[in-house]
Amino acid sequence: MNKTINVTVNGAKHTLDVEPRLLLVHMIREVLSMTGTHIGCDTSSCGACTILLDGKSIKSCTVLAVQADGKSITTIEGLAPEGGPLHPLQEGFKENHGLHCGFCTPGMIMRCVELLEHNNNPTEEEIRWGISGNLCRCTGYNNIVKAVQWAGAKMRGEETPSTEPEFV
Amino acid sequence: MIAQSFQYESPGTLAEAIALLNQYGDEAKVLSGGHSLIPMMKLRFASPGYVIDINGIPGLSDIKEENGVVHIGALAREADLEHSALLAKYFPIFKDVTKLIADPQVRNMGTLGGNLAHGDAANDHPAVMIALGASVIITGADGEREVPIDEFFYGFYMTAIQQGEILTEIRLPVPAAGTGNAYHKLERKVGDYATSGVAVQLTIGSDGIVTAAGIGLTNVNPVPLRATRSEEALVGKPLTEENILLAAQYASEDCNPSADLRGSEDYKRHVTGVLVKRMIKKAAERAMAS
Repeated sequence: MNKTINVTVNGAKHTLDVEPRLLLVHMIREVLSMTGTHIGCDTSSCGACTILLDGKSIKSCTVLAVQADGKSITTIEGLAPEGGPLHPLQEGFKENHGLHCGFCTPGMIMRCVELLEHNNNPTEEEIRWGISGNLCRCTGYNNIVKAVQWAGAKMRGEETPSTEPEFV
Repeated sequence: MIAQSFQYESPGTLAEAIALLNQYGDEAKVLSGGHSLIPMMKLRFASPGYVIDINGIPGLSDIKEENGVVHIGALAREADLEHSALLAKYFPIFKDVTKLIADPQVRNMGTLGGNLAHGDAANDHPAVMIALGASVIITGADGEREVPIDEFFYGFYMTAIQQGEILTEIRLPVPAAGTGNAYHKLERKVGDYATSGVAVQLTIGSDGIVTAAGIGLTNVNPVPLRATRSEEALVGKPLTEENILLAAQYASEDCNPSADLRGSEDYKRHVTGVLVKRMIKKAAERAMAS
């Protein structure tokens, strides 16, 4: 038996008729056609499907769409206005080579939105624990840590660290 | 992966939820954080006909202290436990354990009640509850009953919760002065189930004598295990290196781990002993500092 749900996604209200077994990530990607949120492992391990549900980062492959009834969702598409300036995290990832293939990036960034909201000046250790539910197979994480630190500095209104590459 | 079809109910009151559970019988499953149930449904290990989502029921996630008891609502999320000032005051063990459970996104969803009601000896909270001397409140059509944690776990995925009942609250006695607690688990990677995990709570008198000890073990026994002989090795005595080693030895002897990808039986017994030793010392340090 289908259920009617009301969700706000990136500020836009939607009333949807969904099967209870529809996963939130499928609702976002297939019903609303927003494919910025990725499906990686489909087992709540990799974090590629991370979105914000009422401001909290969650893995949308392990939440049912019906559980989002009455709630507000933010996906990577909702971070920066179309054609407007990027979110500091998006800019930080771009400036610091925080991505190679980019598959983990939307989830990584959505997770870090909540991380920086709680603490906009995290230590390297706090960042690494903070992204412990997000797998990246390209970067080795170092540039992701730098990207988050860079975004933190920008959000604090401080001078952003140099993005000169390190040669080792 | 898509779960089998089911009917979804989201009752607004506890009474309504219990009525639905009674109506649908063993075809129904309770959904709290969903981070054990939904993966099992996606893998088709579980195919309930009815899912009763209790997240819309108000008042089930409070954390408060009343008359010497800390009450934790069953729907309190791992992230709530991690950041609760009240819990940090008496039970720094919650900071130890939550950090080691899955990852931040999962901790935004997963609940303490769900972690216990799932009845999995690989989960981390059961051992912590054993060490802290918790009891759980189980609510059914006839009202609520309080079950000591030692009488809660029956077997693999089996607990004292009967059909038509919901775990609604966890109660922890506020520890006496001079109490410390600590948890650690060995894990292969962040968020993994424990190779072995150990929770310890100790109360040490001003004369240096241990007056109370609680020791719980994770994932080294078919059900979460209280290391009774280890506790007895400590209580009523000063905390000497010799007693600590004895407690560690008893725990490694009394657990019953099975060999798997995380290690052999012998290895897990060894790790359990090492962790018991370390957690006793850490709990004692915190007891002295309290």
